[in-house]
Amino acid sequence: MVSPLKTRSGTASATDATQHNTEAMSNTVTDLRPKPTLKAPAIDPTRPGRSADELADAPAKINVADVDFYYGAKQALFGIDLVVPERCVTAFIGPSGCGKSTLLRCMNRMNDMIDESSVKGSITLDGQDIYGPRVDVVELRKRVGMVFQKSNPFPKSIFDNIAYGPRVAGERNKARLYEITERCLRHSALWEEVKDRLDDSALALSGGQQQRLCIARALATEPQVLLMDEPASALDPASTSRIEDLIFELKDQYTIVIVTHNMQQAARVSDQTAFFFEGKLIEAGTTTDVFTNPTKKQTEDYITGRFG
Amino acid sequence: MSRNADIHSLEIKRSYLGSSLFGWLCAAATYICIAVLVGLLVTVLVNGVPWLSWTLLTSFPSRDPAKAGVLPALAGSLWLIGITALVSIPTGVGAAVYLEEYANSSWWRKLVQLNISNLAGVPSIVYGILGLGLFVRAMSLERSVIAGALTLTLVVLPIVILSTQEALRAVPSTIRQASYALGATRWQTVWLQVLPAALPGVMTGVILAIARALGEAAPLVAVGAVAFVAFVPQSLGDEFSALPLQIFNWAERPQEEFHGLASAAIVVLLAVLILLNTGAVLVRAKYGRRIKW
Repeated sequence: MVSPLKTRSGTASATDATQHNTEAMSNTVTDLRPKPTLKAPAIDPTRPGRSADELADAPAKINVADVDFYYGAKQALFGIDLVVPERCVTAFIGPSGCGKSTLLRCMNRMNDMIDESSVKGSITLDGQDIYGPRVDVVELRKRVGMVFQKSNPFPKSIFDNIAYGPRVAGERNKARLYEITERCLRHSALWEEVKDRLDDSALALSGGQQQRLCIARALATEPQVLLMDEPASALDPASTSRIEDLIFELKDQYTIVIVTHNMQQAARVSDQTAFFFEGKLIEAGTTTDVFTNPTKKQTEDYITGRFG
Repeated sequence: MSRNADIHSLEIKRSYLGSSLFGWLCAAATYICIAVLVGLLVTVLVNGVPWLSWTLLTSFPSRDPAKAGVLPALAGSLWLIGITALVSIPTGVGAAVYLEEYANSSWWRKLVQLNISNLAGVPSIVYGILGLGLFVRAMSLERSVIAGALTLTLVVLPIVILSTQEALRAVPSTIRQASYALGATRWQTVWLQVLPAALPGVMTGVILAIARALGEAAPLVAVGAVAFVAFVPQSLGDEFSALPLQIFNWAERPQEEFHGLASAAIVVLLAVLILLNTGAVLVRAKYGRRIKW
């Protein structure tokens, strides 16, 4: 089940991605012509996505059951049920304020820091309730890494940025830290660009490089799950496609959940798509199904661009 | 021809009188401030420079202007700001970190915050009376260096807290989130990310506070510091003088010579201030350079 995927995503992903890009561009070109009907983003059948069977077979990594979320008195999520399968990419789509980022941030308990917020229901990681009374939040966040919308490198050197996670976890050995830094930078396809200037400030990197640095930084704690909150929304198309290539490569090792406003992006990178609207999960299924054959009217309206 | 016509159409039809008048008023305000400052400095320098000498720095106060010096006052001032800094920086920065990074927003936190802001505006003589009652009398510290320094700490503590809070708030929340998301504890986040990023701002506030402590006379008068001290303070329990007190003492004497000495002492005070500020600038240049959000 894994091997054909490996070859596809491993060797062919770069060319695939360029294909996606040209296809996406020709799509937009056709969309620009005055046409009476709106179209959903096309699904490329050759993209290295997981099939419906593979998705169904994959063990559940995160299980969200009947989750409500409140910011003070305001309810932001209503009875969410969702399974995030292991080593797949799950995309959360929906208009602004629909609760997709809120759910994402529940998965590593980043919402804990918001005063007067509360969660009901259960979210389990490998069957263990992450909101359980004896859960160590610090340990949870090492296992569930996060990449933010706006790249946020620390105002320190590139090396210090990557080494921060292992350091706060207690790693002191400089040689080990350099090993980790090289591995993570290679993994996030940044090594060749920065290997000669690891001691330079991370803030001197370009926007796309900074975001890949943030991904590398998140990988340094050896997480099992990677949460990405609109990781490419502030990047130019070339950087975006590099991040998308990266997602293809990372999904062999990591379970990835990505929030995106860009429907083409969701169609390109994800195996499973969940559509949110006004705090409710409207529809979730394989990306191919959701984009080609949505069961709900709202989903269809959203992915064809009628609202949102 | 057509170009000409275009230019014509853009010709000024009304004068922006209000706009340029406002600019002129602001410029005038700036230059008045500068003129007053320059005037003050020139007066002080003209009167004081003839009296600047090694004797001034190394002698004790004396009835003979030619032999009088600021040594005990200078030493007293250095003792005072040294101890004030030692006590007020950890306390003030600690309080600011607690309020910004740890305390949940509640009516209690708001009350504390409101009080700190108000305390920063309380006249320093009030702190002097408090110091007299608390440190000199109740704690029986007498008119000692430590009593003076603790009183000055009361004066500057709100300034240190407020400016540190300001510096902490200027650190983007994305930095904290990134740190927490990597599995850092609150202590690690504050100590390894937030405080280093806020350091330049904290330093600015601390230097401002120390400069304030250096220039204060009223609270020291209230705790009973005297201008005439015939020895350099050796320990926390010794009596002390301070530069502002010495300056005041000389300035109120009838003899012309002592007025010159007062000006010279002001020059010494300003020199200490400038040294402190240079230190702050150097620290900011060293740590602040790398941080550009």
